[in-house]
Amino acid sequence: MIQINQLSKKYKNAERFSVHNLDLVINEGEVFGILGPNGAGKTTLISMLSSLLKPTSGSFTIDGLSYQGQMSRLKQMIGIVPQEYALYPTLTAFENLKYFGSMYGLSGTVLTQKINEHLDILGLKPFSHKKIKTFSGGMKRRINLIAGILHQPKVLFLDEPTVGVDVQSKNAIMSFLKELNKNGTTILYTSHHLNEAEEFCSRIAIIDLGTIICKGKPEELIRKEPEAKNLEEVFLAKTGKALRDYA
Amino acid sequence: MHKLWASATKEFLLLTRDFGGLAILFLMPLLLVITITTIQDGTFKTLKESKIPILLVDKDKGSVSEQIRENMAAAQQFEIVPQENERKAQQLVQNGDYQLAIVIPENLSSALNRKVLENVEGILSKFNGNDAEAIQTSANSKKEVKLYFDPATQLSFRNSIKSGINQMVSKIETESIYKAFQEELTDDPTEEIFDTQPFITFSEIAPGDVPDKSAIPNSTQHNIPAWTLFAIFFIILPLSINMVNEKNLGTFVRLRTNPVSYGTVLGGKTIVFLTVALIQFALMLLVGVFLFPILGLPELSVAGKLPMLFFVAFFAGLAAVGLGLLLGTVAKSQEQSAPFGATFVVILAALGGVWVPVFAMPKFMQALSNVSPMNWGLSAFYDVFLRNVGILELLPEIALLFLFFLITTGIAIFYNERQIAV
Repeated sequence: MIQINQLSKKYKNAERFSVHNLDLVINEGEVFGILGPNGAGKTTLISMLSSLLKPTSGSFTIDGLSYQGQMSRLKQMIGIVPQEYALYPTLTAFENLKYFGSMYGLSGTVLTQKINEHLDILGLKPFSHKKIKTFSGGMKRRINLIAGILHQPKVLFLDEPTVGVDVQSKNAIMSFLKELNKNGTTILYTSHHLNEAEEFCSRIAIIDLGTIICKGKPEELIRKEPEAKNLEEVFLAKTGKALRDYA
Repeated sequence: MHKLWASATKEFLLLTRDFGGLAILFLMPLLLVITITTIQDGTFKTLKESKIPILLVDKDKGSVSEQIRENMAAAQQFEIVPQENERKAQQLVQNGDYQLAIVIPENLSSALNRKVLENVEGILSKFNGNDAEAIQTSANSKKEVKLYFDPATQLSFRNSIKSGINQMVSKIETESIYKAFQEELTDDPTEEIFDTQPFITFSEIAPGDVPDKSAIPNSTQHNIPAWTLFAIFFIILPLSINMVNEKNLGTFVRLRTNPVSYGTVLGGKTIVFLTVALIQFALMLLVGVFLFPILGLPELSVAGKLPMLFFVAFFAGLAAVGLGLLLGTVAKSQEQSAPFGATFVVILAALGGVWVPVFAMPKFMQALSNVSPMNWGLSAFYDVFLRNVGILELLPEIALLFLFFLITTGIAIFYNERQIAV
């Protein structure tokens, strides 16, 4: 589904590559986790795959479509759930979703039905005509998710989808995502919640300094790392315990 | 088209949800045009109707100083306040208690009479064929009327006063010459030898072909176009802030991942903010037509001009929106967009001739004003309001305004594309 070949990104005036000669294949129907410490290149990788950034070199295809010359079709096929809420606070939940759904070409009763259906699943139907600025963090996170999947994308990019939410919202979001994946959506997921990733992802790649250190099924990675009992211990063994502060 | 409409609907909702912002957007330009026109009209009325107190230091105490006093009183612009001490008068003006002090030098009357008499006698003796009695120049040195101005008075006021005094002194000199000839040529003071009434007079005529259509413009006809344009261009502030807010909220990033062109996103903003500009314009016209007469200000005359006025306002609004789109695309924070936008509009207004007419600017600034969209807009508005031109005559200015919109929007789209390649 996603084929990444020697993909690199070096920002203007940067001393090093944020993503360097990265090769990766993500199969259809997978939930693939990209894990790494701060500054590892996770967000840069997702930004390139979601057409926010142009690669410095290398290439990628999503379902056979390249970002070069097929950008519009590629964008139609993917969904993005950014880490920020990325919603208009003074618009209602319904108005926000209607607008973002319209940007994917949805309209009329089809759009309205999809909005109501998703709001209902994620427990937000009673609040559909309330302004986003009155919502809690967990509610905004759920609306943020719906805004990225209304058009039924084949591939969904999730950047920290459960950061800053309560347990109930987190549970609702994860259940929803699992259901989405079960229905055929390939998911590329980044998070610092390693327990969540261990449970949710079918495969994982740990990246650091722009390159993949290791990849495989979570249980395989744990088994391969001596003395590691969980993914967090694998992660620390691979990336070290030194603080990763960048300014 | 569906995406464009959805974008415009979203912009409309965002705008209407910010009631305070919306009120400011519509009320502030109205307040601006009412305030400016009231002040300008008031200044005009002050000069015309109320009297400005000025100090008069009369060291002459003769016929000439009496004539100056009478003429100034007849002008009904000034209230003469006598002051004996020149030093004291100078101090009062310096302190700002009076805008002006006039000091008439000692022996002005007698010196003027003597000089005129000498000249008249010399001329008459020439006519009598008496070459021996050539014109004798008086040994008197030239007399100087001193004017002390408050340093805070504006140049235009000073020039106006100096011109008035100069005219008055010339008139007094001319009358003295006539009087001297009269005395030399006849012993009967009642006999009228000369017609001393001014031969040349002037009147202000509108230069238009159709006199009815080319009324002399009043302050409203000048102020409404200038300050309306100023207000229309101020739309770059809310528009650029709206775009910077989208960047801060993260919605801008989301839109960049959506299958929608940046041009469509900007198109939605253009539709809504252009509509705002046209509503602003309509409100300004309504204020000029209906509110100004109630406030005692000259009424705005728009009869037969409305379609052309909205035609100009549409393209002026497009130019303003284009500038706002560019600023909003380039700016990374409100701290960048708001001060830059506000200052830039003031600069454009200054260059456009909103405060000082372009012809009165230094050559270099005149050249710069040619690239100010506010200058093109203002020229177009004046063409409609004051010169009654047709659509063909407006096309050069309209084309420039439209081109400005295309170029600024084009740069915004190009800049946005470049950001992806950072």
